[in-house]
Amino acid sequence: MSEGAESGPGSLVVGGTRIDLIERGSGRPLLFLHAENGIEPALAAIGELAKAAHVIAPTHPGFGRSELSSGMRSVDDLSYFYLDLLDQLDFDDLTVIGVSFGAWIAAEIAVKSTARMSRLVMANAVGIKVGGRETRDIADIFAITDPEYLEMTYCDPNAGKRDYKALPDAEVLAAARAREATARFAWSPYFHDPRLKSRLHRIHIPTLFLWGTHDRMLSEAYGRAYCAAVPGARFELIERAGHFPHQEQPKVFAERVLAFAGNK
Amino acid sequence: MRVYQFSEQAYPDAWNDHSGSLRVILPNRKCDPRVAADLFHRYYDEYQLCDELGLDIMLNEHHQTATCMSSSVVVGLAVLARATKKARLLVLGYPIGHRPDPLRAAEELSTIDVISRGRLDMGFIKGIPYEIAASNRNPTELMDRFWEAHDFIIKAMTTHDGTFNWEGEFFHYRQVNVWPRVWQEPHPPIWSTTGSTSQARVLGERGYVMATLGTGYGTRRIYDAYRKAYLGKFGKAPGADRFGYLGLVGVSHNREEARRRGELIAGYLRTSPIVHLPFRNPPGYLPPEDNARILRGETPPRSYTKDGRVITMQHASVDDLIGAGILFCGTPDEVYAQIIDFCEHCGGMGNLLMMAQAGFLTHDQTVDNLTLFAREVLPRLKAYKQPDPEIAAAAVAA
Repeated sequence: MSEGAESGPGSLVVGGTRIDLIERGSGRPLLFLHAENGIEPALAAIGELAKAAHVIAPTHPGFGRSELSSGMRSVDDLSYFYLDLLDQLDFDDLTVIGVSFGAWIAAEIAVKSTARMSRLVMANAVGIKVGGRETRDIADIFAITDPEYLEMTYCDPNAGKRDYKALPDAEVLAAARAREATARFAWSPYFHDPRLKSRLHRIHIPTLFLWGTHDRMLSEAYGRAYCAAVPGARFELIERAGHFPHQEQPKVFAERVLAFAGNK
Repeated sequence: MRVYQFSEQAYPDAWNDHSGSLRVILPNRKCDPRVAADLFHRYYDEYQLCDELGLDIMLNEHHQTATCMSSSVVVGLAVLARATKKARLLVLGYPIGHRPDPLRAAEELSTIDVISRGRLDMGFIKGIPYEIAASNRNPTELMDRFWEAHDFIIKAMTTHDGTFNWEGEFFHYRQVNVWPRVWQEPHPPIWSTTGSTSQARVLGERGYVMATLGTGYGTRRIYDAYRKAYLGKFGKAPGADRFGYLGLVGVSHNREEARRRGELIAGYLRTSPIVHLPFRNPPGYLPPEDNARILRGETPPRSYTKDGRVITMQHASVDDLIGAGILFCGTPDEVYAQIIDFCEHCGGMGNLLMMAQAGFLTHDQTVDNLTLFAREVLPRLKAYKQPDPEIAAAAVAA
């Protein structure tokens, strides 16, 4: 593994697929699995977490500059990729944190094996089906305009605005790749695996659900139903945050995670 | 030159009351089935007239839209395979990447080929972005699915001595054996459409008939990309019969009437892009590099006039549409001259896909438009000698 400088990510090859990886801080290891909108080294939540933990934050295959191995089509595939990554890095006692799409990956990993994990944090998680076949548990983000999307996913929509004309080429391309990769993994079934809910009972490590209260892509009831399916899981709200609480409330987000992970 | 008449079989009554989207989300309460029935029968009557007039026929399909009521191209083909006698029946196209079952597609198309006694031209297409919402097919793997469906259909149509097995990435069958067997050997001619030079190269290497729509005087560079790939693969220049172009046609001895018809037919261009914004570019439909440019607000122009001026098809005047080679409009002499001028600019174009009916053009106007074209333009186009394909090919090889 190469050491990632503050200014940019390093990279790591897992099973022949090269991905970007941010590594920062020291202490107990903490794997951060990013949401569908991607990850940047400047992400404040990474800095906050790194104050008291050894943060490892990969860019998922197909996102950012990370390669996409051929044939990788599902979150199930991604979960095996990360199980390989955990074996390769040889961590144990790992806290895994996922936000939204990243939480879905985390759950798919955890139902297969928690051998290298001691704790799991799921923030505004997608991944399961709760309601009936005509109930839209998860808003159709591909059927709304960009301003509507920001209204839906942020407490303060300005927090999600990006000026693509001013951003470096690499970041604009990363945004385009994030949107495409999200569709690749979450198009249908939409942002969930129909079998995941019935497997969540296999997660026997302490689990914390964090929930930005202003999320309108998902309902709090959805989050609570998800939490209820994981044995003994706790549910905590984060105020003044939407679907991406790590972006809107990075300090509160990191404090909750670190307190739960026992790093503080 | 062959000429295929094409109508989107629109439901124009809904065009003026759409709340910003004529596709995907326009409630079907706005469709009166009695009006739709009258329209369908009228459109099929017009297609049958084409058969009598010596024109060939093109059909397509779109989904959840008032711009095109044909939602399964096989339905139209089935009607016309029996109701017509001479016309070639071109499906352009059949969105095979969207379909759940390519075996079913192979069976349908083989049956149409047999009923029509070998008059089917088989166009396979990716489908425009708005079709994704209706099929819910993952846009990031649509083209992989398309090519697997294509390979399967060809294999199914060309296997005659018992069953075969197929266990691909997207489709699984263990006992494939299509009845009836196709009429045209080895299979009906394959067509496709594109607006990009990269896809033109793919089609050129396969030697399929390639059609473009709305590309105006930007068509030549797409044709040339095809020519180069075809030349590299087959060692000779592709004939004009490998190229198709969809153009709108309004013709009348009376210039004013011709322009009125042109404007009414251009109603297709005015309405076709009215789609709720998020459905226009689903993720993965375009490569990320193209989407990065779109995020920056940079979108490449698509249509040019002959002198290089950019136009937008949706809002362009009749004059600009004529100037861009998108609309061929005027007296029979003028229309013939415009088509030939465009054809020669392209270095040869052997298949005019003619939209001589659209939107609010009435049945009587359509009958007159088709009849006049068939009597006074078509014979000259049939007699027209295409430019030497070697000349255009030599230019791209240089």
